[in-house]
Amino acid sequence: MYAQMVDTGTPSAAAVDAQEARFQQRIDDGIRIEAQDWMPERYRRTLIRQISQHAHSEIVGQLPEGNWITRAPSLKRKAILLAKVQDEAGHGLYLYSAAETLGISRDQMVDDLHAGRAKYSSIFNYPTLTWADVGAIGWLVDGSAIMNQIPLCRCSYGPYARAMIRVCKEEAFHMRQGYDLMLALARGTPAQQAMAQDALNRWWWPSLMMFGPPDGDSVHSAQSQAWKIKLFTNDELRQKMVDQTVPQAEYLGLTVPDPDLKWNAERGHYDFGAIDWEEFYNVVKGNGPCNRERLETRRRAWDDGEWFREALVAHAGKAAARATAKAA
Amino acid sequence: MAGSARLEYLLRLGDNALILSQRLGEWCGKGPALEEDMALTNTALDLLGQARLWLSLAAEEAGDGADEDTLAYLRDDRAFRNLLLVEQPNGGYADTLVRQFLFDAWASLALRQLLGSSDAAIAAIAEKAIKEVSYHLRRSSDLVVRLGDGTARSRALLQAALDTLWPYHHELFTGDAVDAEMLARGIGFDPASLRDAWLSYVRDVLAEATLTVPSAGGWAPKGGKQGLHSEHLGKLLAEMQVLPRSHPGARW
Repeated sequence: MYAQMVDTGTPSAAAVDAQEARFQQRIDDGIRIEAQDWMPERYRRTLIRQISQHAHSEIVGQLPEGNWITRAPSLKRKAILLAKVQDEAGHGLYLYSAAETLGISRDQMVDDLHAGRAKYSSIFNYPTLTWADVGAIGWLVDGSAIMNQIPLCRCSYGPYARAMIRVCKEEAFHMRQGYDLMLALARGTPAQQAMAQDALNRWWWPSLMMFGPPDGDSVHSAQSQAWKIKLFTNDELRQKMVDQTVPQAEYLGLTVPDPDLKWNAERGHYDFGAIDWEEFYNVVKGNGPCNRERLETRRRAWDDGEWFREALVAHAGKAAARATAKAA
Repeated sequence: MAGSARLEYLLRLGDNALILSQRLGEWCGKGPALEEDMALTNTALDLLGQARLWLSLAAEEAGDGADEDTLAYLRDDRAFRNLLLVEQPNGGYADTLVRQFLFDAWASLALRQLLGSSDAAIAAIAEKAIKEVSYHLRRSSDLVVRLGDGTARSRALLQAALDTLWPYHHELFTGDAVDAEMLARGIGFDPASLRDAWLSYVRDVLAEATLTVPSAGGWAPKGGKQGLHSEHLGKLLAEMQVLPRSHPGARW
């Protein structure tokens, strides 16, 4: 009787508790959750939010870098940038597919993005004003992204974890390419060096904001950690990013735009200045320099492509009808 | 840029790939579907790779410290040798697709001829490029058929694009003294000799796509191969070349 109640989809509160406990036990034992497994509705929703937000970030993230494809200053750099942007679109594709295993369609996710119901990483609401910004995005933005994403290769949801393995490999490559671009500028003419410093000045703080609000203010953290879809806190990851990046900036001969930055031998970490969270929340709310433009570009691409998508469906219908007629 | 016929020939091959790649790069992040965004970038990347091979070979021929980047970034529009077709603006997706299809159908025939070139370096690049271009042609032909024979709206958009771009196909088959010399030396081919095969292939695809082949005759713009371009190229180059031009001597 008890089992029957579960099967009919109207389980008692006690049954749900037992099911959730078994689910949590599986996670605690390090066993991956797969698409066909039972999962709490909140786990499913949280993952859909997280994975689709990640997918949208890849797609919108094509735009600031795409801004420089036509102006890349050497054919080699142009090829690297084209390949990188293509990788981002590919990441978007796997991530949408991973989210689809949770019972949401790609069209629904895209619609949520265009309607402003879903978010993407706020970093892409900053403009790429010079060529050095392409390097800074690779070095700092992809650097922060990797820091966030490497732990996700071990997250509890199988399809997401597996997608992240490939994404991380490519992102690591992008970060090295970004750093290499910055190195060429740092070793270049005074104008190129100034371009590199200016890019670091503008991208440093937004890159640190990418890890999200301080741990005390983070709304999703505790439950996500219990579910192992978040393995480190925002502040832990941010500290790792600062510790990793400061020596890299020094090697480039660039100055990190933070007067409070200094090595703390006792902690074994860099201390750094206060982040302007007002700016962060303002950009999240839609008031960054490029929020409107980015979303409008995506909406226009989608609307302009409507005839294309409709025609492919219509052709597939005609082809199927012809095949049926032939067979009959 | 005055130079040997071989240099001119290599610039023509390289500039076609470079300029079309540049146009496709403008689509980044704005395609009609995510898969198409990836495909446009992929095609742009293949063509850019081909352009780098042709232009590096051209730079060897030119000497004087030229390299792929000086050729791409420091020549003025009158020194570019690409076909007028590839510099035409992207327009909407239908225009971009039809331009690609007309070019792919020509490039696959042209590269096949170059496989037999007496110039080993040219034959080697053609061998690499033809694999990519054969795939581009399969893709663009398939999409022309699916979108031509899709909805009334998609058919109208493709037909309008075809009518606009059709006059530019004449230049693909118009030879000059450079072509004649390359043919005589066993390096190149006679452009006019490709016309029948091209027309036959294009007609078959357009028929399957339920599109109408535009009528013969009329306006036949040409001159791109000799450096006489449309107004579009100057603006394309102004954008492409801005950084190396504004930072003379800088390395990137």
